[in-house]
Amino acid sequence: MLVLGLDTATASTTAAVVEVTADRVVGRAERSAVDPRGHAELLAPQVAAVLAEAGAGPADLRAVVAGTGPGPFTGLRVGLATAAAIGQALGIPTYGVCSLDAIGAHADEHWNGRMLVATDARRGELYWAVYTGGAVRVTEPAVSSPEVVAGEVVRLGVSVAMGEGAHRYADRLRVGVRDEGRYPSAYALVDVAADRVRRAAPGEPLVPRYLRRPDAAAPRPPKPVLPR
Amino acid sequence: MPNEPLVLGIETSCDETGVGVVRGHTLLADALASSVEEHARFGGVVPEVASRAHLAAIVPTIRRALAQAGVTLADLDAIAVTAGPGLAGALLVGVAAAKGYAVAADKPIYGVNHLAAHVAVDTLEHGPLPEPALALLVSGGHSSLLLVDDLAGGVSALGSTIDDAAGEAFDKVARLLGLPFPGGPPIDRAARDGDPAAIAFPRGLTGSRDRAAHPYDFSFSGVKTAVARWVEARRRAGEPVPVPDVAASFQEAVADVLTAKAVAACRAHGVSTLVIGGGVAANSRLRWLAQRRCEAAGVTLRTPRPALCTDNGAMVAALGSYLVAAGAPPSRLDLPADSALPVTTVTV
Repeated sequence: MLVLGLDTATASTTAAVVEVTADRVVGRAERSAVDPRGHAELLAPQVAAVLAEAGAGPADLRAVVAGTGPGPFTGLRVGLATAAAIGQALGIPTYGVCSLDAIGAHADEHWNGRMLVATDARRGELYWAVYTGGAVRVTEPAVSSPEVVAGEVVRLGVSVAMGEGAHRYADRLRVGVRDEGRYPSAYALVDVAADRVRRAAPGEPLVPRYLRRPDAAAPRPPKPVLPR
Repeated sequence: MPNEPLVLGIETSCDETGVGVVRGHTLLADALASSVEEHARFGGVVPEVASRAHLAAIVPTIRRALAQAGVTLADLDAIAVTAGPGLAGALLVGVAAAKGYAVAADKPIYGVNHLAAHVAVDTLEHGPLPEPALALLVSGGHSSLLLVDDLAGGVSALGSTIDDAAGEAFDKVARLLGLPFPGGPPIDRAARDGDPAAIAFPRGLTGSRDRAAHPYDFSFSGVKTAVARWVEARRRAGEPVPVPDVAASFQEAVADVLTAKAVAACRAHGVSTLVIGGGVAANSRLRWLAQRRCEAAGVTLRTPRPALCTDNGAMVAALGSYLVAAGAPPSRLDLPADSALPVTTVTV
């Protein structure tokens, strides 16, 4: 069955139509473009394009899989709002996948090392998690400074890193960075959710992983306007 | 059917998640989820808090609106969404959702101007709008006088606030007086027991030189500061602050300038219809004064009921339905949200 995957948790916007069968996950069409402020403009045309390339119509979709972050808020919401709308409009389930998992999927099944996946959280910080063989996430996704992540790299015995954030802060993380998988792939997101798709698990509300509170402070008392 | 298009409208430019369904000039559904209570302790709308609330509310609100209207997505002729002006992050939630529905249901999408939608909503209550018309739009984010030659594209701004929006001044004065956020309704209530002539607060941009340079612009920063000075002087002297009189006199100053300039603009442009919209249009004194002055000037006043004056989805659906009926081309799927969308751009 055909599944739409999409992710807007990083500077990259991506959408894919993926075929999930009993034993395989096959990409039928995928689009990606990197523009940190372009998610809203890019995503819907990508969805239309991947459907057209796959020779499918919206009614052929059986599920929507969306990356739930962590990621910069405004872009992240574009993907989740679009995915939720498509799911509701078609009456098909939506499934959320941690966006870092789509990069962590590069950790091969028979590998027993530790891999850091890190994306850019802006404000000089990283969204990150650590994976081991078979794309198993061994830490909760978090947002931290490169120095804190560097400490965790040593403590958890991480030997390699992936993701745009790892590239950006490679000198401060002091770990080798692999060149592929800078951004989540929409195909990989669907792959991560393939079991839920196959057993037609109940759809889930798409809850964003913000990991930060909104910047907001209770107001101070009004400033005096008369001279003292 | 082509003259009475069935349109779903989505509004997320500020703190209200609004979804309306309209057929021609008939309102079928108007569903709303507001995050106003989450902003109250901050004394103003916090954009990130509003955006988070929109994402949580958008799909349930759309579901509610469709159920209320008794229609399905497949029945729609188009989907309209506020593309600006407004809070960038908040707008994007509505725009992204609207695109999702447009792609999935294969419907045309119209990205529309929030201010033009505030004018269009009046057609749901009072029927087709005579053109040209003048529109006074006053809310927490906007204070504008618009000349509407054609709702589908011929809208121009005669003037707007050069500093605070009128609703912003209400919020700040309410805070000074210890009244809750948003400030409009509690000031309106307090003013009922006060004397609007008790304190002569300044009317911004009404002096002869200002009138020449800014005939249809507004300024509400001065009156807000004048209220602050007056209240502070009272408190410093250890005297009680007569909240009803301050509220009534402040409200009078704002309503006076707004209605005087709106009616003057009608006269100058030979326009005989004035529409008032936006959250501040719910203010009872503004409505009363506008009615009196319009009658004296021979101008027909059209003011939607308060629930349609504040931000809502029905107004976006109303403008969308008007655009479809007028044969306006839909927006493209890559339409952006524009936080500073000029009022001259009715559809993006």
